[in-house]
Amino acid sequence: MHPVEMLFDALLLLSMVVLAWQGVHARNLFRAVVSFMMFGLLTAVAWVRLEAPDIALAEAALGAGLTGALLLATLGRLDQGGRATRLRTTFMRFSLPWMALGLAGTTLLLAVTLALPAPGLDEAVLRAMPAAGVDSPVTAVLLNFRAWDTLLEIAVMLLAVVALWSLGQDVLASTPRLPAPALPALVRLLFPLFLLSTFYLLWRGGHGPGGAFPAGALLAAGLVLALLAGARVPERMTGAPLRCALAAGLLAFLMVAVGVMADRGVFFAYPPQHAPILIAMVEIAAGLSIGVMLTALFLGGEPTDVEGGPS
Amino acid sequence: MSALAGVVLIVMGLLFFLSGTVGLLRFPDVFTRLHAISKADTLALGLVCAGLALHADYGALQLKLLLIWLLVIVSGATCSSLIARAALAHGIRPWQR
Repeated sequence: MHPVEMLFDALLLLSMVVLAWQGVHARNLFRAVVSFMMFGLLTAVAWVRLEAPDIALAEAALGAGLTGALLLATLGRLDQGGRATRLRTTFMRFSLPWMALGLAGTTLLLAVTLALPAPGLDEAVLRAMPAAGVDSPVTAVLLNFRAWDTLLEIAVMLLAVVALWSLGQDVLASTPRLPAPALPALVRLLFPLFLLSTFYLLWRGGHGPGGAFPAGALLAAGLVLALLAGARVPERMTGAPLRCALAAGLLAFLMVAVGVMADRGVFFAYPPQHAPILIAMVEIAAGLSIGVMLTALFLGGEPTDVEGGPS
Repeated sequence: MSALAGVVLIVMGLLFFLSGTVGLLRFPDVFTRLHAISKADTLALGLVCAGLALHADYGALQLKLLLIWLLVIVSGATCSSLIARAALAHGIRPWQR
């Protein structure tokens, strides 16, 4: 490795550690949230350095963007009074045990990582690629070889939305809003670009970095930006259409998984000649659903029709 | 020749990044800091993108670099306006000598 690259990586690691520390220990909650967002951004850079652009895309959109928006929105609604005392945890009582636990966990992880077979599963995946139906190894693992895991991930996300909806109605209406004419104008300009990039990533997932998760995260980022600019879920979309959009990914996934049983009687055993189109269907449905689910998580509850507006 | 020009542009961009950061650290209040960081960084990114475009091999990459710069101009200007408005709404008065 070139010395400049090593210097860059060392700086990156150091900044991440400092930001992680600040995210937990900053006296000011706002400072902690901003540190956390910066941490997400640098994590994305770290994934790029590890040559994993898929994860970098998802991390940048989720870790830095959506989670940051969620935390800042929460911060805006917190009671201003009791915030200083809550976070001023003492080093000995709080940090030391957790640091010891973290150190032990890291050591354990390191030991496990070193004990794993060195090349990992690369070879097995590459051997099976001709039968995968897609050209991108990442998509092949996510939506074919280990489709079962992805199915469960999407089910967990849907469960989270259901749990959130059971807690009450959306909280966006109570968020104070600034008169800021620039933001709606920006959203009008950028929203088509968000949609374009979402579909580009979905299409690209078949043969390169991209796919359902980055595409969904990007779609959600665009939708959340629109919500922040004052757009509301239109009335005709609440209720059944929204529920369908939320469940579409899981439903399409399950239908395909059960449907292919007609061929060989095995759950998720795509018939090779139909694998590309089936995977593309699952990917598009899952990507759109992930986008809507993440936005629903930001809304914080089932949308109420408090006011009409552009969406 | 264009490689050298690219390096010169990137170095100039880095100098503007540096001056913007110095402004962010040294200026007295949020408005002056915004003024320093938004203007200097936008110009700096433009210079870096132009320098990288001179090093890029094919047209699509140069177009992407231009697009990145345009997106950052638009979103950066909006962000600065939002931060300044939020600061005003929280009762922060602009610094006066």
